[in-house]
Amino acid sequence: MYSSNILSATTFIYALASVFYIGSFSFKKQVLARAGFWVIVVGFIGNTTGIILRWVESYQMGYGHAPFSNMYESLVFFSWTVAVLYIFVEFKYKESIIGVFISPLIFLAIAYASFDPNVSSKISPLIPALKSNWLIAHVISCFLGYAGFALAFGFSFIYLVKPKNPKSTSVFARLPSWEMIDELTYQMIVFGFLFLTIGIITGAVWANSAWGKYWSWDPKETWSLITWFVYAIFLHLRMMRGWHGAKLAMVSIVGFIAVMFTYFGVNYLLSGLHSYG
Amino acid sequence: MFYWNNGFAVLNKYLTEEKNLKKKESLPNQIWMFFCSVKLTVYTLVLLAGTSIIGTIVLQNGSPQQYINLYGKGLYNLIMVLKIDDMYHAWWFLFLLLLLCINIIVCSIERLSLTWKIIFPGKVTFNPDRFRQLKNKETFTSTRKFDVLASEFQAILSKKVGKVLYEETENGCAIYAERGRWSRLGVYVVHASIILLVVGALIGAMFGFKANLRLDEGAKADTLFTTKSRTPIQLPFSIQCNEFEVRFYDTGAPEEFRSNLTILEDGKESFTKDIRVNQPLRYKGINIFQSSYGTAAPDNALFEIVDNMTQESITSRLKIGDEIALPGNAGIFKFEGFLPNFKFREHNLGEAFFGKVTLTGKEGFQIPLPTKFPTFDKMRKGQFSFVVKEFDKSYYTGLQVTKDPGIWYVYAGFILMILGCWITFFISHQSYFIEIKKSDQKTIDVLVSGKANRNSYGMMLKIKKFATTLKDK
Repeated sequence: MYSSNILSATTFIYALASVFYIGSFSFKKQVLARAGFWVIVVGFIGNTTGIILRWVESYQMGYGHAPFSNMYESLVFFSWTVAVLYIFVEFKYKESIIGVFISPLIFLAIAYASFDPNVSSKISPLIPALKSNWLIAHVISCFLGYAGFALAFGFSFIYLVKPKNPKSTSVFARLPSWEMIDELTYQMIVFGFLFLTIGIITGAVWANSAWGKYWSWDPKETWSLITWFVYAIFLHLRMMRGWHGAKLAMVSIVGFIAVMFTYFGVNYLLSGLHSYG
Repeated sequence: MFYWNNGFAVLNKYLTEEKNLKKKESLPNQIWMFFCSVKLTVYTLVLLAGTSIIGTIVLQNGSPQQYINLYGKGLYNLIMVLKIDDMYHAWWFLFLLLLLCINIIVCSIERLSLTWKIIFPGKVTFNPDRFRQLKNKETFTSTRKFDVLASEFQAILSKKVGKVLYEETENGCAIYAERGRWSRLGVYVVHASIILLVVGALIGAMFGFKANLRLDEGAKADTLFTTKSRTPIQLPFSIQCNEFEVRFYDTGAPEEFRSNLTILEDGKESFTKDIRVNQPLRYKGINIFQSSYGTAAPDNALFEIVDNMTQESITSRLKIGDEIALPGNAGIFKFEGFLPNFKFREHNLGEAFFGKVTLTGKEGFQIPLPTKFPTFDKMRKGQFSFVVKEFDKSYYTGLQVTKDPGIWYVYAGFILMILGCWITFFISHQSYFIEIKKSDQKTIDVLVSGKANRNSYGMMLKIKKFATTLKDK
């Protein structure tokens, strides 16, 4: 299976990108961050190729389904969505240093998929409940949402590490201004919130056509709603109560913990309809 | 800082000032103020998020025995008092949802009545001073003629943004254009969508039903019993299951469940259709879903009875309830029934037949005969051993039958919510301002500034880019 090999190689490319970004941060060398960016782009191309190939391979095996059906495929796609969103953000905002907090996330997700023996990379056929056109819309929107929140988490994290008034010689001095971090976090959460909303709704419509119930308080559903509530709180605090800065960053971090629990915790600790990832 | 938030910052200030003016408010007013506070929204959302976790950890809709086994007697009582066994329908959880709805409605009415004039002003005006003082501005000087610049910039702005307002100022002129003022309504669309969802869910709960229906192949039914209260429901038609089929992949995982159903009205066949998971049948407001399947109880089977001492054996086809004499007339065997899932010492042995063996002059006893394990009964080490040799395997289909007249409100809510979020987050009310001023030396000073009620950073980039295009003209 070529796709698995390409995706394993992608893991190493993303690892290299993280090394470049962290190196750029630690040794205050801008050129390393530039290199990191292009390495991420190369990794992203590998990631995309891997996903497309896997799709083609599933047709060759006679199963014929989009590569969104198990934990391995979802982790690979999670890396892909975070990478594409990050590339867009760095391209638009021209702040390469923020990659130091994001590139390890991209690497960790795909590394977990490739190296955890419990996560099987086998292409398996779709169970009847997953055979629906809603699968693609639901998975893509949920994961774009997750990606937005992952980036917001990375940016909020800066609040925890950056000192109030860093010395000009310190490595932290190169981190973006507080206004910039604030704005970036907000933009990412807004993006994530819209796509999480679409993800929950497509899931509900799908559930209604598969089981005759658009909402059944399944643990995955409930946790996605809890996540939605947390980010709704974030938006109200920011827009209506004028919260900014570290206090608000904490809410964003709590939100990302809820995202992680929705994604992994529910699958490993609770039971429900989403056991496949 | 260039935050110019929503106009709501101004509004909040206005609200608090108003509060201070009327310190001694009447009770209804105080209640109104309580329900229109954003603090209430935040607290309610925190409570909803926090309590929702409980229902994902504590078993839902279990039996009292399960709760006592899992959590002990003391916690069981607490669970029952707080209705945590069906938490998402418990009175206090519904109360939180109701609180959120009232909060949303009161907040929206209060704020909309105040922002209506901002959203729909009779006439759009602008204050040049405010734009001159904005942090988000760019300036440059031009050596071109004043009149040429003024008309050219007006044309560009009108093409880029929309209708241009023109005002003469000291030594020059100011031009202004805006777009997206209506986008300030987006947040009300989101809030309205939540109310629609709740209304839809309520209508569904009051006028809809959900029922499970088990149909053997060949059987039909027109009466259902709801899942929760077991209330009987008469359908306007009958459902007949002609055939059920399950297909498996080579891996053993199920590939497809399919039921071939016929709808009968007034005893006559209306139509026949296949349903699968994800492909339900919808007819006259009633939805029929494929939800499970199983082996139907066969009405006859071929039994073999062996006398382990003499090796004498008899083979006979029996119907449920039939009795047969054991070899050597040592007693009788009665075919009593069938279970699709027979549990033996916590293991599911699958399909099993049941019979009663009565040896002459002795108390009868029941024996299970799991079809997957033909030697199961031999291990009992009795005088006689019993095996089911053959039976006609047929299936039953498990259907979920639902009616939900609230679904269209819910779907409308879904669409409005996505639209509303899109408008609220990605469309903003943007104002562009250009001032052209004759300076003392024969050059012209140009000031470009702008603001947006959202994404101020994006607006800053836009103004920078816009100023560059104007400069390069």
